[in-house]
Amino acid sequence: MANIFPKWTNIAPLKVAACLLLFVGTVVLGITYYATPKWTEVGFQPIQPVAFSHALHVDQLGLDCRYCHTYVDRSEHSNVPAASTCMNCHSMVLSSDDRLAPVRESYESGEPVPWVRIHNTPDYVYFNHSVHVNRGVSCVECHGQINEMEEVYQAKSLSMAFCLECHRNPENFIRPPDEVYNLDWQPESAAAQIEQGEKFVHDWKVMPPQSCSGCHR
Amino acid sequence: MPEIAPELPFTASDAESREKLLAKVKPVEAPRRELVTGDKDFHWVTEKVCGIPESKTPRWWWIMFCVAACMATFTLAGLTWLVSSGVGVWGLANPVNWGWAIVNFVFWIGIGHAGTLISAILCLLRQKWRVSINRAAEAMTIFAVVCAGIFPLFHVGRVWFAWWLFPLPNANWIWPQFRSPLEWDVFAVSTYGTVSVLFWYMGLIPDLGTMRDRALKAGKLIKAWAYGVFAMGWRQSNRHWRNYEMAYLLLAGLSTPLVLSVHTIVSFDFAASQLPGWHTTIFPPYFVAGAIFSGFGMVLTLMLPLRAVYGLHNLITQYHIDCMCKIILATGSMVGYAYMMEFFIAWYGANPYEGFAFINRALGQYAWSYYIMVGCNVISPHLFWFKAVRENTALVWIICGFVNVGMWFERFVITVTSLANDFLPSSWGYYSPTIVDIFTFFGTFGLFSVLFLLFVRFLPMMPMGEIKAVMKQGDAHGHGTGTQAVPHDVHGKGGHH
Repeated sequence: MANIFPKWTNIAPLKVAACLLLFVGTVVLGITYYATPKWTEVGFQPIQPVAFSHALHVDQLGLDCRYCHTYVDRSEHSNVPAASTCMNCHSMVLSSDDRLAPVRESYESGEPVPWVRIHNTPDYVYFNHSVHVNRGVSCVECHGQINEMEEVYQAKSLSMAFCLECHRNPENFIRPPDEVYNLDWQPESAAAQIEQGEKFVHDWKVMPPQSCSGCHR
Repeated sequence: MPEIAPELPFTASDAESREKLLAKVKPVEAPRRELVTGDKDFHWVTEKVCGIPESKTPRWWWIMFCVAACMATFTLAGLTWLVSSGVGVWGLANPVNWGWAIVNFVFWIGIGHAGTLISAILCLLRQKWRVSINRAAEAMTIFAVVCAGIFPLFHVGRVWFAWWLFPLPNANWIWPQFRSPLEWDVFAVSTYGTVSVLFWYMGLIPDLGTMRDRALKAGKLIKAWAYGVFAMGWRQSNRHWRNYEMAYLLLAGLSTPLVLSVHTIVSFDFAASQLPGWHTTIFPPYFVAGAIFSGFGMVLTLMLPLRAVYGLHNLITQYHIDCMCKIILATGSMVGYAYMMEFFIAWYGANPYEGFAFINRALGQYAWSYYIMVGCNVISPHLFWFKAVRENTALVWIICGFVNVGMWFERFVITVTSLANDFLPSSWGYYSPTIVDIFTFFGTFGLFSVLFLLFVRFLPMMPMGEIKAVMKQGDAHGHGTGTQAVPHDVHGKGGHH
C-alpha cells in the first residue's frame, strides 16, 4: 500500500502540540501578568481638582488621618472631608491661593469638590473600614505610605487575592491598636510581629471570614 | 510442557504434567459457543463491518438523522431560554432545589456505564462475546457522557464560569470546595469521559487503518486522507499489534476502577448529605448496579435495531443477547434487593425521619413514580429468566425500554421524594418540571441519536481485528484462545505451549 502521507507528517503532530503548548502558555502567562490588578490597578494616579499633598499635611505637619477622615473608625465608609474641614485652616492659611480655588468654591456653594475616586472596591464587595482599623489593621496595609505621597496613587492591588492574604493569616498584619494610624510603624522583627499578631488574633477573637458570603453579601 | 523428574520434591499437583492430569480428570469436551455463526471467513467480517460506512447513505438514515436533529434543537431552545433568563426558569424552588437536572445527569451517566464495563471488565474477565458490541457500547458511553454533562454544566447558572469547577490557579486565590462530593463528581466524570474517549479511539485505530487502505484502493483519496489522519500511520504490523494489545490491556486495567468509582461518587452527591432517603451506605453499590443495569438496557435498545437493519445476526448472535439479558437480570435483581434493603434499614435503624421518607415514597404524593420504578426495574427484568422471552427479540427490546424508563424514575424518586418531604412539614412542597426542563431533557435524546447515527455512518461499528481473533479460524494452532474451552491437542505432542 502506497503511503498517502509524506514522511514529514511523522513529526507534525509533535510540532503542532509544541506550538499549541507554547501559544497557550504565553497567553496564560500574559493574562496572569497583564490582566490582573497588580498591573491594571497599581499606580493609578488621576489628576485631582486640587493637588492635595498628604506628604505635607501628614508627614510634615503631623495631622492624624482621622482629622479629615473622621468616620473611618465608626463607619463602614471612610469619608473624604467636606470643604469646611479644609477651611478650618485655609480660611487663614493660603486663603487666596489659586490652587485652593475649588475648595473655596465648594465651601461657598455647598457642592462637594469633584475628587476622583482612586481606591474603588466593586459593588459586589462589602467592605467595612471601622472593623478593620479597630482590630489593628493599619491604613497602610491597603493604601500604602499615603503619608509620603505628594499626590495619592493606588499602591496595592486590592484584588481578592490581596484581601485573602490577610484574611487567611491575619497574625502577619495586625498591629497594636495605638499604632494603626502611624503609617511609619514597623514591628521589631518578623518573629515579634507573628508573636504579638497571634496574641491579638487570640485576644480579640479575630476570625476574618473566608467564605464567599463574608464579603459578597 | 517440560517433563519433570518424579524424584523432585514437588507436590503432586505441581509435578504432574498437564497431560497426566487431564488423563486423570478426563475433562468433557465442551465446545464454547461460536461467537461468529454461519461459518464465515475473515474477509466476510471485513466486508460486513466496513461495508456499512462505505455503502451509500440509506434513506432511513437521513430520515432518522433529520428527526434526531430536530429533537436536538429542543435542548438548544431550552438552554438558550435558561441562559438568557437564569436557572429560575427550571421548576426548582424550595424545598426541591434539585429536580430534573440532577435526575437527567444521573440517568445519562448511568447509561454510559455499560460501555466501560464491556470494554474493561469483560476484557479482563475474558468474556469474548464482548467484541461484537464493545465499539458501539463505548460510543454510546461517550455520547451519554456528553448528554449528562449538559445538565450540571448549565445548572451552575452562569455557564461561562463553569471552568471555575476545575482547580486552576487564579488571581483570586480561591479553589473549588474539595470537601464537596459535587467537586469529586467533576473529577470523576471528566476522568471517565477522557478515558472512555481514549479507549474508544485507540480501539478504532486498526480499523481506521483498514478503512484508509480500502478507500485508497477504491480511489477515494479524500476519504483515505480523512481516515488516514486518524489512523495515525497504522500499518497492521506485528509490532503495532503488540503495542496495541499491551495498551489495550493497560487501559482496561486503568478504567476498571472507573466503572465502579464514577457512579459511586455520583451516589455520594446524595449519600454524603444528611437528608433521610439519601443518607444511606447502600448507595454506592446500589448506584453502580443500577448504572450497569440501565447501560445494558440502552446497549440492547441500540444494538437490536442495528442488528436487524444491517443483518448482523451472525455477529450479534442469540448467545450475545442471552449474555446481555442475563446481566440485566442480575443487576436488576441487585437493584430490587437494594430497594428492599432500604426499607429494611429504614425500619431496622429506627430513625423516624428515615422511616417516614421510605413510607412516603411508597404511599406519599409521589407514589405513582415509585410504582413505575418498581414495575419497570424490579418486575420487568425477571421476564429474562425465560428462554422464550430472551429469544423474542421484539420483547427483549420492549423490556429494555422499560428498564430505561424505570431507571430514570429511580433517580426521580430518590431526588424528588426525599427533598419534597423532609424534616419540616411546614416547608413541604410538590415539584413539577417546567416546559424548559422538559425541552432540555427531550432534546438530549435527539443529541444522543445524532451522535450515534454519525458514528454508525462514518466509523466501523465493530472491532474487526478482535472479532477475527475470537473466530475459530483465529485459533489455527488450537491454543483455545478462540472458541474452545479445552485445547484441541491435549493428547497430542504438546506443540508450542
